[in-house]
Amino acid sequence: MSRESDFYLRRLHSLLGVIPVGLFVAQHLVINHFATRGEEAFNTASNFMGNLPFVLFLEWIIIYLPLMFHGFYGVYIAFTAKNNVQRYGTFRNWMFLLQRVTGVFLVIFIAWHVYETRIQKALGAEVNFNMMEEILSNPFMLAFYIAGVLAATFHLANGLWSFAVTWGIAQSPRSQTIVTYITIVAFLVLSVIGVQALLAFVV
Amino acid sequence: MSEQTAVLDQQVASKTVKFEIQRQDTPDSKPYWESFEIPYRPNMNVISALMEIRRNPVNAKGEKTTPVNWDMNCLEEVCGACSMVINGRPRQSCTALVDHLTQPIKLEPMRTFPVVRDLVVDREFMFDSLKRIKAWVPIDGTYDLGEGPRMPERKRQWAYELSKCMTCGVCLEACPNVNDKSNFIGPALISQVRLFNSHPTGAMNKDERLATIMSDGGITECGNSQNCVVACPKGIPLTTSIAAMNRATTVQMFKNFFGSDHMVD
Repeated sequence: MSRESDFYLRRLHSLLGVIPVGLFVAQHLVINHFATRGEEAFNTASNFMGNLPFVLFLEWIIIYLPLMFHGFYGVYIAFTAKNNVQRYGTFRNWMFLLQRVTGVFLVIFIAWHVYETRIQKALGAEVNFNMMEEILSNPFMLAFYIAGVLAATFHLANGLWSFAVTWGIAQSPRSQTIVTYITIVAFLVLSVIGVQALLAFVV
Repeated sequence: MSEQTAVLDQQVASKTVKFEIQRQDTPDSKPYWESFEIPYRPNMNVISALMEIRRNPVNAKGEKTTPVNWDMNCLEEVCGACSMVINGRPRQSCTALVDHLTQPIKLEPMRTFPVVRDLVVDREFMFDSLKRIKAWVPIDGTYDLGEGPRMPERKRQWAYELSKCMTCGVCLEACPNVNDKSNFIGPALISQVRLFNSHPTGAMNKDERLATIMSDGGITECGNSQNCVVACPKGIPLTTSIAAMNRATTVQMFKNFFGSDHMVD
């Protein structure tokens, strides 16, 4: 299935996962965190982001196009692997599997999330604190969103590690180990920010 | 004393080794399992057990069967020919000692490669890949080219570790991204590019080797599961080689695109 252009597509896939998709995810979770300061603070922040100048252009260039390429090409990558964690149960082999599992799950989660929020907005609904409060009042949806946020933070953090290796930044085993620790911290920090924001809509 | 030895001999003679071997009669036929139980001898390895089966091809049910086919050559873990999957892990059968293995010892061919018969696989894919990456140092010319640049001794010692690769195919068998859905040339080959690009004369063609691993089935097929470095029987730092070649191809990519007036440097 591979072609001559695979090298550039794979490198583009790796790059887009960090810039802009990874940066956007981090920014999104931080903005969500306004929810912990109450309904008004969240709505102000949400309105600010939703009414940025050239918002459609920004959304397409920074979010939709890179995300779709990363997501769909990623699914292709995920399904070309023949996982073997039974044979090699090493940390890295599990990360390899989890990166693919979370990636496929995120395609489903993000599709649903975009349908439920952005597309509803395009159809005339208002994206605000109440909307999320209503969605997350369903315990199943709360669990689905928590799983989505954790999958995203994991995929981003582990993706940062493989970005460092893929571009030849971290070569030695020692540097790769240190990058692993850094990305574990990034995973924990982003997860706390993301889940705290979700729980703010429930409590 | 002699009585003691006789008892010991009898104990050894009554001890057996159980094998379960995945067999396949032709490249296209269906594989099947066959069990064997053979007399134990001290210090047996998997190959001496297979030789015993060949000497007396009778399976565990006592039925006469065809001898099990396998590949071997050096018998000291430097040629890679006798690689197979032993108790779920790819490795060389010459250094797989029966005393160290849990029984029944399961033998399977490395199915990443086309199976020829029983445990014999065709590793042609790797040898073709070695040609693709030009895994040699070109020294031929129409006249005497003289001596090449000197290789620093410390670098030679370091490169010697990479040169231990015997193209056995164990890292390809361990890699989740080498399968019939991808045409990844595999970790060993990426490391060979690093080896020949580090050689002072080999480096004169380093852009050609990088161009190969930047094309079809090349370095970006690596998904960093890092199984290869765990599996390699020679302890070659394969993941370090891959990361090093990742950096080299990144630099080469920018050179190719933005242009430089030197092809190699």
